[in-house]
Amino acid sequence: MDRMMSLQGFLRRLLNGRRWWPACAGLFTLLWVLVPGAQAHVEAGGAGSVMAGFLHPVTGLDHVVAMVAVGLWGAVLGAPAIWLLPVAFPMVMAFGALLGLLQLPLPGVELGIALSALVLGVLVMLQQRLPMAVAAIVVGVFALFHGYAHGVELPDGADALLFSLAFVVATGLLHLVGILLGEIRRWAWGPRVLQCTGAGIAVVGVWSLIQVGGA
Amino acid sequence: MPVLFAHLMETGFGGFYDGIAHLLITPVDLMLVIGLSVLAGQQGPAGGRLLLALLPMSWWLGGMAGQWLRFDTSLTALTTALLIVVGVLVALARRLKAAVLALLVVVAGLVFGLANGFTLPVAAGMSLDLLGVVSAVAVLVLLISGQVVVTQRSWLRIAQQVAGSWIAAAGVLALGLMLKG
Repeated sequence: MDRMMSLQGFLRRLLNGRRWWPACAGLFTLLWVLVPGAQAHVEAGGAGSVMAGFLHPVTGLDHVVAMVAVGLWGAVLGAPAIWLLPVAFPMVMAFGALLGLLQLPLPGVELGIALSALVLGVLVMLQQRLPMAVAAIVVGVFALFHGYAHGVELPDGADALLFSLAFVVATGLLHLVGILLGEIRRWAWGPRVLQCTGAGIAVVGVWSLIQVGGA
Repeated sequence: MPVLFAHLMETGFGGFYDGIAHLLITPVDLMLVIGLSVLAGQQGPAGGRLLLALLPMSWWLGGMAGQWLRFDTSLTALTTALLIVVGVLVALARRLKAAVLALLVVVAGLVFGLANGFTLPVAAGMSLDLLGVVSAVAVLVLLISGQVVVTQRSWLRIAQQVAGSWIAAAGVLALGLMLKG
């Protein structure tokens, strides 16, 4: 009975307090990441479909974890990086995609993508705060590789703008997932969970590197 | 994107409402109006007033010229390029000189109006379809730029910049897809 009362008290404090929403946001975003992950390899239609554009950025685990890691690292870095990186990333990524669409050469794309997950994962794991300019360059270079890979794979279609907008929005939402997950750092146990998440992302990066090496 | 994409939808309520619906379901037009409204709002009340005065008027002039010329050509590359410029400026959130903003607004209005005019039905005198498009542009400009002007919260300003970034990125990708063919 006492245990039940204490549970009720805990829930009441949780819901009445101001700190409950990061937990909900974190849980929601985690589910949001995991559910599309299960569907990530379903081949969607052409560029005319908004859904095709929306699903394209989530069709590879290495892409997904890197995008989330950008948001997570932004949260670790704090202002102004937390908003500067999500503003700059889509534009640099789109430039990379343009290079890919025009089939201009860019060496080491797959290696760069694998390294992005590894490096960003390690940076999140270590809670590393680099100078803003260095952080922008690191993220910008990785954005270029991710954009290029997407550009090469983009399907032909009539409705280029809708496809592109859905594609960019999906990428931006993945950043938002990372930023919201990063909010758990406000709790005492939050930084430790963030470090574990960073380690997980780094492991995906290592796995991707092995895949690239084996190919 | 083919010119046919810009054809009016028929609401059943007449030309004026067809024009309103046309703007609301044409992504490139809608994104430009939203982007320009946010950009003008970022410049303060004067920017909003300037946009409200110039964009509907230039859009209408462009539309009239397009209906008169009726070239069977697509201005998609040009409209997408304008979209990229507007998106980048919104993402940067920099103060612009009034003359620069005015020039951008007039050019955008003329080009987008021209693109609309090529495909809108021709009517004797004032085209109700075009009037519907221009009215919708004016209302959207008023609502969005007014809201942006009064926005004080920092996270909302960041959201505006992110929206600009998304518009620019989508424009670059769309341009790439067009160039790829």
